[in-house]
Amino acid sequence: MKVNLDDFLKKDSEWLKGTGPNSDIVMSSRVRLARNLDKLAFSHWADKKQQESIMNAVFDVAGSVNYLKDAQFIRLKDLNEVDRFFLVERHLMSPEHAKDVEFKALIVDPKEIVSIMVNEEDHLRIQVLQSGFNLMEAWRIADSIDTELSKKLSFAYSAKWGYLTACPTNTGTGLRGSVMLHLPSLVFTAQIGKILQATAKLGLNIRGLYGEGTEASGNLFQVSNQVSLGRTEEDIIDNIERIINQIIAREETTRRTISTKNREALVDRVWRAYGTLKSAHIITSNETIALLSAIRLGVDLGIVKNLDRRMVNELLILTQPSHLQKLEGKILNSNERDMKRAELIRERLK
Amino acid sequence: MNCDICGKKEATVHLTEIVNEQMTKLNLCEDCAREKGAQMEEHFGLSELLSGLTDMGTAIEPEVAITTTCSNCGLTYQNFRKIGRLGCSECYETFKKELAPLLKRIHGADRHIGKVSLKGGKTIKDTRTLQDLKVQLEKAIQVEEFEEAAKLRDKIRDLEKKTKTREG
Repeated sequence: MKVNLDDFLKKDSEWLKGTGPNSDIVMSSRVRLARNLDKLAFSHWADKKQQESIMNAVFDVAGSVNYLKDAQFIRLKDLNEVDRFFLVERHLMSPEHAKDVEFKALIVDPKEIVSIMVNEEDHLRIQVLQSGFNLMEAWRIADSIDTELSKKLSFAYSAKWGYLTACPTNTGTGLRGSVMLHLPSLVFTAQIGKILQATAKLGLNIRGLYGEGTEASGNLFQVSNQVSLGRTEEDIIDNIERIINQIIAREETTRRTISTKNREALVDRVWRAYGTLKSAHIITSNETIALLSAIRLGVDLGIVKNLDRRMVNELLILTQPSHLQKLEGKILNSNERDMKRAELIRERLK
Repeated sequence: MNCDICGKKEATVHLTEIVNEQMTKLNLCEDCAREKGAQMEEHFGLSELLSGLTDMGTAIEPEVAITTTCSNCGLTYQNFRKIGRLGCSECYETFKKELAPLLKRIHGADRHIGKVSLKGGKTIKDTRTLQDLKVQLEKAIQVEEFEEAAKLRDKIRDLEKKTKTREG
């Protein structure tokens, strides 16, 4: 099977477009459904032969699904490590899926909205990504793909416990909805600690996208539901949406306060970030993420006018290690990457 | 800044660890961090958390349960305790006594009310309606609404007949 990831490199993923509801604060929304074939050993417990037959069973039918007509069917063993982590950086699969790859696979549509991990912990992990705050739409797409697939595959399901998954934390709906938030002003004003605590108490997981807890670099946070059993899918999504709406409102108010009361300090911070990125010759991934966060805020508040959100999102992804190496077409060590990263950013900000 | 472990390469990963309530900060290079990361995963993973949850229910987890084996996939309950993952869909039936309280602790609920799978979907929908009707019937009797109760009783009878014929 011929795999071509270069097409992905040439264009933006749908979720990076920086459009959709509340896209100044919500970068992307994602829904994932865990599904397994009835009676066959779950992927982590299956032997090689079983894993292979699971993969073949999914490959046989997935091409007929409406959303997957032009999808690429990728066997991960056909990819080198850089290419595998390239897919992780694009949020098309989990880091775990890049390990022990013999019978692991990824099905991904050209717009990178839909991807299916085959033989991760569960037989199938159906994932739908949307730009901005669009969880319900992501659920609707995932739901229809699941329904189409279930006409051809017999999914493990019990009347009492719903969809049966490898880990009991996913049993029931098998649904995990998550939203990626950019919360610079809540971090800046040290309100984030309280927000993290409150959100966790309300049955949601919240963690830094890069780094952990309150030290998350880039001020990017991922919020998702903990409970998957005993609620309907719509209810789970609705609950996440309500809480996220409150966080969005708080971030918006704080942004307004800062940009009126602390305008000069804010403008200074944004342009200093811009200046550093524009002139650095060696820059780490962490520093880049932190500075891009300041610039993104500057774009949102109309301070930086020569860039748009899509360009900032694009830089965030392109400066990740595997993307840099893919652009360069060779393996780079950490120092070489820091130089290449700076060069790429200077080029883009000219 | 150089790595705290090998002292040679530059530290790019900064780790905060809490051991015995003492906070320590570690500055590590990529390689040492990876090694350290693997150690930490071993120390504290999901399976530990889950077995913590199952431990809370030792009363309902007799010795027999530990050696129970799923006839479909060969996973023992002990395997499950160790890896925190079940082996196949049949495990849910094999270990249902142990899983019921565990699921309840994780999710605060023990019954799926979400999407109904196509497989036997009609029967499941009927079962769910049946459960709802029975709850309504009980309520009606409690508040002595006997006319309403009679109507509900008839509905339940009809539905039960319908599902039985289908199963038969």
